[in-house]
Amino acid sequence: MQVADLGPTIIARRRSITYQHELRRFLIRRVTTLVVTLFLASLTVFWVLNILPGKPAQVILGTQATPSAVAALTAKLGLDRPLVDQYLHWIHGLITLHLGNSYISGQPIAPVIGSALEVTGPLVVGGLLVGVAIAAPLGIASALRHTRRSGVILSGIAQIGIAIPNFVLGILLIIIFAVDLKALPASGFITWSTSITGALRSLVLPAVSLGLVEGAILARYVRASIIEVLHADFLRTARAKGLRPNQALLRHGLRNASIPVLTVLGLELSGLIIGAVVIEAVFTLPGLGSLLLSSVENRDLITVQDIVMLVATAVLLVNTAVDILYRVIDPRMGLRS
Amino acid sequence: MSARRKVQGNIPVPPGDSARSRHYRRLFTLSPSTIVGALIVTVVVLTAIISIWWTPYGPLTINTSAEFLRPSLAHPLGTDEYGRDVLSRLMKGTQITLLSSLGAVAIALVVGVPAGLVAAFKRGVVGEIIMRGADLLYSFPALLAAITLVAAIGASTFTATLAIGIASIPAFARVTRSTALSVLSSEYVLAARAYGRSNLQIARRHVLPNILPILVAQIALLLSVTILAVAALSYLGLGTPPPAPTWGGMLETAQNYLYQDPLLALWPGLAIAITVFGLNTLGDGVRDLLDPTLKGRR
Repeated sequence: MQVADLGPTIIARRRSITYQHELRRFLIRRVTTLVVTLFLASLTVFWVLNILPGKPAQVILGTQATPSAVAALTAKLGLDRPLVDQYLHWIHGLITLHLGNSYISGQPIAPVIGSALEVTGPLVVGGLLVGVAIAAPLGIASALRHTRRSGVILSGIAQIGIAIPNFVLGILLIIIFAVDLKALPASGFITWSTSITGALRSLVLPAVSLGLVEGAILARYVRASIIEVLHADFLRTARAKGLRPNQALLRHGLRNASIPVLTVLGLELSGLIIGAVVIEAVFTLPGLGSLLLSSVENRDLITVQDIVMLVATAVLLVNTAVDILYRVIDPRMGLRS
Repeated sequence: MSARRKVQGNIPVPPGDSARSRHYRRLFTLSPSTIVGALIVTVVVLTAIISIWWTPYGPLTINTSAEFLRPSLAHPLGTDEYGRDVLSRLMKGTQITLLSSLGAVAIALVVGVPAGLVAAFKRGVVGEIIMRGADLLYSFPALLAAITLVAAIGASTFTATLAIGIASIPAFARVTRSTALSVLSSEYVLAARAYGRSNLQIARRHVLPNILPILVAQIALLLSVTILAVAALSYLGLGTPPPAPTWGGMLETAQNYLYQDPLLALWPGLAIAITVFGLNTLGDGVRDLLDPTLKGRR
């Protein structure tokens, strides 16, 4: 494929009225798709979690409970109402952030999720930072050397990194840094209010295990996209007008190479959000993932429903944002679907 | 080539160098990494098959006088907290993990390929609905789908397989549709249509043979994804319930004994990583063979 330097093209394109018009229509279409997808996802989640054979009230009270007690609790939880009612009530709660009360503890769910986010949020951000910090140098280095043996070795390292699942890596890191070196905590979380350094220390190993694998995947895309740019005509032109290879790559290459990487970065971000669920289990961090798993175990279905929908929304939002950004940055993509 | 090669006129013609033989030579010139990948996958599959009939010890046999044994001749990978032979459990775990992953890929294949074909043939409303459905499914992470399904119907091998399988449908639907579309726009399909072949006949005679190699690469790559998902689910206690040995489950229990015996956690971790590595390199290699322009580009 012929690759052009996008800088001048973009500026010319942005000025056109047709483009402005197309952009508006594209944004409207994309946001509509997002809303429809969210609606269908919420329907599916609700449907799956409400067709199960076990009645929540029966599960909460145990097998010893009298039928009248079960009926009373079912009524109290609002589970005797028609499913459509329950669904609308749930959705209304989600939109207004009144997530209802846990079936098990009876406590409001929103604050519990809020404090879990204090762990999961920084964990995902940390994982992203680690991932980018690994992918950029590894990808660029292996692209610049892709014809030499050292480049092949570098991309081999990335290939091995991809094959190690984050929870396996987490356990390896625990063995090295917690069991052997006793340098970092193996599990648990020191809250932000107790000690900021303590909280950061308990997030180091989880963030590294989360980010390393995603970084290895990302490195492959960085490599591919830079190799593509290296062969582009505009880079040869830049060299011809007297720029040194590194200058040419820095001024013209990286910006153009970053466009395809951006999309993958978005996918990686949703991968990180899901990966956090597993990593929190490895390091027993009290985040959203641990809350989700313990709710599954206790059959606290309303909490499960809320968290699944929350995570799905986050993933969909990220994907939509990346898609919009991608098409706005790269005019070649066009705005028609 | 020997130095005595016959020279016809000025142009040396290497023996047997027709377009066809070049094509086959390219097909069978595997890169070293592809061979390594194929070897790893073969060993893993053989291990799974052998474990159906034979493991060195019973994978569930408890021996309280042989707990936490270091690797030795009698127990090549040592024993676990109940004195069970780790190698036997790992072998049986290979079988369970592979079966579950294959089951998931089979579900995705059986639903995804026909759906992709229909979407390619009926490009109107029907195709649009199918592909929007695939998009919706694709945007919903597999692990999240699995956790939701487990919350609804309980943890089991079946639940894990079903959830991962459903979540993998879009992977096949998309690749089938895009490849089928390019085949359908070819002139020989036009000729077949002119000849009066039905959609079903065209799908069977022209489309399927053409997408088969791509499906093979896709199966290898998807298997590595499903193996990771199966292992993650059993690690989280949402897959095959204990005492059945699973890679993820072994890892999870081993984590409780990291201070006593860190090796216990190493074996299942290695098994997962090596298998995924093998499938990835094999899948990439097959894809490179099919489309040499992709080589080194990813």
